[in-house]
Amino acid sequence: MQYWQKDIETMPQNELAEFQLKRLKETLCSASNSPFYKRVFSDNNISIDEINSLEDLQKLPFTTKEDLRANYPFDMAAIPLRQCTRLHSSSGTTGDPTVVLHSAKDLDQWANQVARCMYMVGIRDEDIFQNTSGYGMFTGGLGFQYGAEKLGALTVPAAAGNSRRQLKFIKDFGTTCLHIIPSYATRLAEVMTAEGMDPLKETKLHTICIGAEPHSEEQRKRIEKLLGVKAYNCFGMSEMNGPGVAFECKEQNGLHIWEDYTIVEIINPVTLQPVPDGEVGELVLTTLNREAMPLVRYRTRDLTSIISGDCPCGRTHRRLARFQGRSDDMIILKGVNLFPIQIETVLMQFKELGNNYLITIDTINNSDEMFIEVELSDLFTDDYSVLQSLSKNITRQLKDELLLTPRLKLVAKGSLPVQEGKAVRVKDLRKFN
Amino acid sequence: MTVNQISIFLENKYGKLSEIMALITDQNIRIIAATIADTSDYGILRIIVSEPQKAYKILKDNNVSANLTEVFALTINSETDSLSRAMESFTTVGLSIEYMYCFSLKEKSIIILRTNDQDLTRDVIEKKGLQYIIESDLIKL
Repeated sequence: MQYWQKDIETMPQNELAEFQLKRLKETLCSASNSPFYKRVFSDNNISIDEINSLEDLQKLPFTTKEDLRANYPFDMAAIPLRQCTRLHSSSGTTGDPTVVLHSAKDLDQWANQVARCMYMVGIRDEDIFQNTSGYGMFTGGLGFQYGAEKLGALTVPAAAGNSRRQLKFIKDFGTTCLHIIPSYATRLAEVMTAEGMDPLKETKLHTICIGAEPHSEEQRKRIEKLLGVKAYNCFGMSEMNGPGVAFECKEQNGLHIWEDYTIVEIINPVTLQPVPDGEVGELVLTTLNREAMPLVRYRTRDLTSIISGDCPCGRTHRRLARFQGRSDDMIILKGVNLFPIQIETVLMQFKELGNNYLITIDTINNSDEMFIEVELSDLFTDDYSVLQSLSKNITRQLKDELLLTPRLKLVAKGSLPVQEGKAVRVKDLRKFN
Repeated sequence: MTVNQISIFLENKYGKLSEIMALITDQNIRIIAATIADTSDYGILRIIVSEPQKAYKILKDNNVSANLTEVFALTINSETDSLSRAMESFTTVGLSIEYMYCFSLKEKSIIILRTNDQDLTRDVIEKKGLQYIIESDLIKL
């Protein structure tokens, strides 16, 4: 059997739309019980009875992260706290923290969503699944834990960091699947090699789920080759439960977003108008399956586009293209908008380069400049001219991609800080007044 | 006919050179000759050591970007024109020198040489009867 829930996963789009409308109405009713949406609906003179089609959704205002912060901790709750069974909170590193509440039913639905994703990429109950996400408030931990348990896989809550311990588990337990951040996957492969362990022969790994930070197709291929696995891109965010919102199928061509769980819109982040399929914009999501804390037209800040056309896997839920970064990750340099992922895509094409790089933006003599330090791989040459032409070649390709010329510096292997959590790839040292 | 030279990628950073040299000398391997070619960002350190394979392994184990390159080590006596005569014999067959550095050892000069054609260089050295040292000699130096 190929599907976790065949009826839903292959439901024709028109039926799916009907299903969504029914769920949308229920969601709006329940949302209006929260102090926040009660106020929003009344301030904007919105009567839920007037929402009679999916297009009508556009009459409703967006919900933003700032709304979540302003209503911290409990003003978004649509049911009494007594009926809530779990709370997740974002760290608040970039501002005040936010809270997401769940009922027991919400958690069960979420676990089902994650199990559906894992099943889609071929993970089964006979698999041994090691989760290298941080547990606690970070949803990648408990989210995958409950999903994997629902699927029936033997789940190892290894949690984040401590590479040697991770390797010991992989070896001793015969781990077959991992959930791992892409930058940590390459790091783990390096540690394996350093410990004299052949990742291709001495592990039983076959499938890994990578997500939580944007990565390029080149990086995925590199991870697959290093570890001898199939790697699938997963997407989620704590505001939308966590992992499982969208996930790649075996085609590895776009992430199916589960439209029985959310309504998808892609908007231009400046004009706030919808963009056509294929055009990159900000992902906006409305929950359809959450009672404790429904969100209506939530602006995720994540940039992606809809891939049009049917997927050969038979699933009808639409696909999102690889994420281009976040609208807040965007670097504006000399009037050019760029994303770190563009730089990574160029760097990863060079086999002479390693996996670690650092982008620094700084003001030099009143001019903003971009510096890129990138580590060399093992393939070191004694020939000076080869290094120089490598350097020139990379710079030229970066210029073609970015439309400005960064200052590239090749650095020795292992000289950049090692990343064990979400990789910090950009340092912006500019002084803004 | 050749010896293994170790080439090391070196960042222009305070203390890098001594750090890398210490890795080798701590294991009682002698550095016989060294040269650096540099730009403002990085350099290539080239060294001849008493035990190249052992030193190379130490560097790799310490995650240093390095490689082994076969170079010629010619022994030249101290007559005025011996170096120029040796060079001339390479030039006449069309060989180019990629890089070269020398060091002196007990009245003799040793020239480390990398050319654009290893095989042709070998022929010239043989035909002209130029003196050279081989890798197993290094540990005795």
